[in-house]
Amino acid sequence: MSATREDVGGTPLPPGWAKPAHQPDAFELTTTTFAERAAKTMARPFARGAIANATDHAAALTTARFVGTDHEALREEARKIRAHAIANLPDYLDQWIDQAERKGTIVHYAADESEARRIVAQICTDQQITRVVKSKSMASEEVSLNSALEAVGVDIYETDLGEFVVQAMGDRPGHVIAPILHRTKDEVHELFSAMAGHELPNEAEALTAFAREGLRHAFLTADAGISGGNFLIAETGDVLLVTNEGNGRLTTSLPPIHIALVGIEKVLPRRRDLAVLLPLLTGHGTGQQITTYVSVSAGPRRQGEPDGPEQMHVVLLDAGRSALLGGEFEEALHCIRCGACQNVCPVYRQVGGHAYGWVYGGPIGAVLTPLFRGQEEAGELAQATTLCGACDDVCPVKIPLHDLLLNLRRRSDAEGHVPRHEQVAFALWAQVWSRPLLYRASTAVARGSLRALARNGVVSAKSPLLRRWTAGRDLVVGKRPR
Amino acid sequence: MPDDVGMTAAVQLFPTCIGDVVAQQTATDAERVLDALGIDHHRPSATTCCGQPAYNSGHDGPARAVAKATLKALDDGSDLPILVPSGSCTSMVRLHWRELFHGTPEAEAATRIARRVRELSSYLAEHTDALRELKPSLAVRVGYHDSCHMLRELRIKEAPREVLQTVAGLELVELDSSERCCGFGGTFSGRYPDVSVAMADTKIDDMVAAKIDVLVSSDPGCLMQLAGRMSRQGTPVRAVHLATLMAEALA
Ligand code: SF4
Repeated sequence: MSATREDVGGTPLPPGWAKPAHQPDAFELTTTTFAERAAKTMARPFARGAIANATDHAAALTTARFVGTDHEALREEARKIRAHAIANLPDYLDQWIDQAERKGTIVHYAADESEARRIVAQICTDQQITRVVKSKSMASEEVSLNSALEAVGVDIYETDLGEFVVQAMGDRPGHVIAPILHRTKDEVHELFSAMAGHELPNEAEALTAFAREGLRHAFLTADAGISGGNFLIAETGDVLLVTNEGNGRLTTSLPPIHIALVGIEKVLPRRRDLAVLLPLLTGHGTGQQITTYVSVSAGPRRQGEPDGPEQMHVVLLDAGRSALLGGEFEEALHCIRCGACQNVCPVYRQVGGHAYGWVYGGPIGAVLTPLFRGQEEAGELAQATTLCGACDDVCPVKIPLHDLLLNLRRRSDAEGHVPRHEQVAFALWAQVWSRPLLYRASTAVARGSLRALARNGVVSAKSPLLRRWTAGRDLVVGKRPR
Repeated sequence: MPDDVGMTAAVQLFPTCIGDVVAQQTATDAERVLDALGIDHHRPSATTCCGQPAYNSGHDGPARAVAKATLKALDDGSDLPILVPSGSCTSMVRLHWRELFHGTPEAEAATRIARRVRELSSYLAEHTDALRELKPSLAVRVGYHDSCHMLRELRIKEAPREVLQTVAGLELVELDSSERCCGFGGTFSGRYPDVSVAMADTKIDDMVAAKIDVLVSSDPGCLMQLAGRMSRQGTPVRAVHLATLMAEALA
């Protein structure tokens, strides 16, 4: 591009502002356990409070949004639409591709993550793209897209404010809707001040203004914009994107090339399905009636149109999705990534998104990660929930997350991924407790031992058998003296 | 067994395995409340566990083997209600046994038992007039913890509160976090002790802020978790089963 592209407005960000993107093999899923990752977040002084406050706030907004509406009927309608779309996914995808190509969109299909990386990197190389603005995309996180683009010499600018912070910190998004939900304003203040080279006022407005200056320059000089997509409308071949910061609109329409990376399950049959799904997505995501921007990308700029990209590519991402069709976990594909299940999850509230070791946290992460990454790598996540069912009650498309989690536990058992000691323990337990006489003997022994260990009706000794319980709790076996 | 002439209703009581090992007082107190109401009761002698620990861990085989023993003990040919002083065990028997025993010779019996089983507080809620006549009284500030499976699977929310409100002098406070999981989660509490305890702490903070004297719940598992953590921390809140609180109020 021309030498004058630096003079367009805004203030370029200092070189080296972005930390290198994470590599596809840098996920901690295989190298650490859930407990270890959870401990890391729980040890960060403000993280837990920040996560709890933010999720409580978001959950309250969602509840308030639907007061006085027939929310249940809307959810049921949404469930039916998603179930129908996924049950007929191949047909609707064909229809979408057909319509999109008619509008001049170039459609690619990525069977897996590395193919997605390769396709987008290839587009960048072919089109001599060296600077990219990106709006928030969890699909791009799934495939570690940024590292693939860096490898072919592309400068990337995450333009969602949260993702921008994530990129500048070398962090990972901690929530599907609110990437820096686990961060505090003070941390952002410190980061931006360091980037600016001087102390910025510790106020949201000043901090956003700083980011906006840098990002404006990036928008105006980018060769391409990369986005995700919230819905693919089969009837029209369009990609729909909801954002609040306006960055999505700029990403998809300002640079000469727009590339959207979208999971194949995002298909909706008809445009009018949005009347049901859109208010549920925004209401469950942020508590809004509708987001500030709802952008529809309907192919490249046509003759006579004053704006829009000259080229539009859509990369349809499979990466484990089609394998779920027709199986007992198909309902996981109904997800519209609203994040509501994360906001009400009592476990997520304590440990945040990173504890789940991959891209998605909370209940949907505990379901999708084992399904996409395999039982061996991620099967443990299905155990990292209390099966409290709060997620089932909030999910706008009524995915039975509790049942899916339980089925994943069953699959771990059936496929032999359960540790040997656990198998043995349950087999032994069944031998004894399926026989009333042995049961009575065993409970008498247990009661006797607990009595022997108890002081004033309380067992607090760290006896080896009870260690995992008594590390942080007592076992109250009698009436506790008052 | 009662005869048709008397005013006595009759029930069976399934104490559950936590009741047999840790929370023996719960079934005893439930019996005291039933006695006060003049409701005849007995415990089938050979019950063990509903199979939930294995079932919720994905081990259906062991769950079925253990649940079968309890099923046999409960299936006595009568139609008597089976009271369970545990929301999650009730949910297991009422909602999950059918699936667990599907296609086995016990399928029919499992359906039979599922129809008979009742969560204790929801049964007592049908006797609030009789309870009030007994003039239960206790001057305490009480918070109630909605246990997850009772709330979201059995959809029982008001019943325990209705029972508590029969007690004169009892002030029932709605806790902000009443519906949030306590962090017990069966095997979860042992797999992830730190997370589990942290979950309990957020509930306990809320109880302390609400200045309650007693936390009441209908699930021995949750109570074991919350009472255990509060005992360790020296929190001045008692955690007791609804049956225990009612027995004390009636004493
Ligand atoms: S599972 Fe449901 S609640 Fe969770 S992100 Fe997906 S659509 Fe939202």
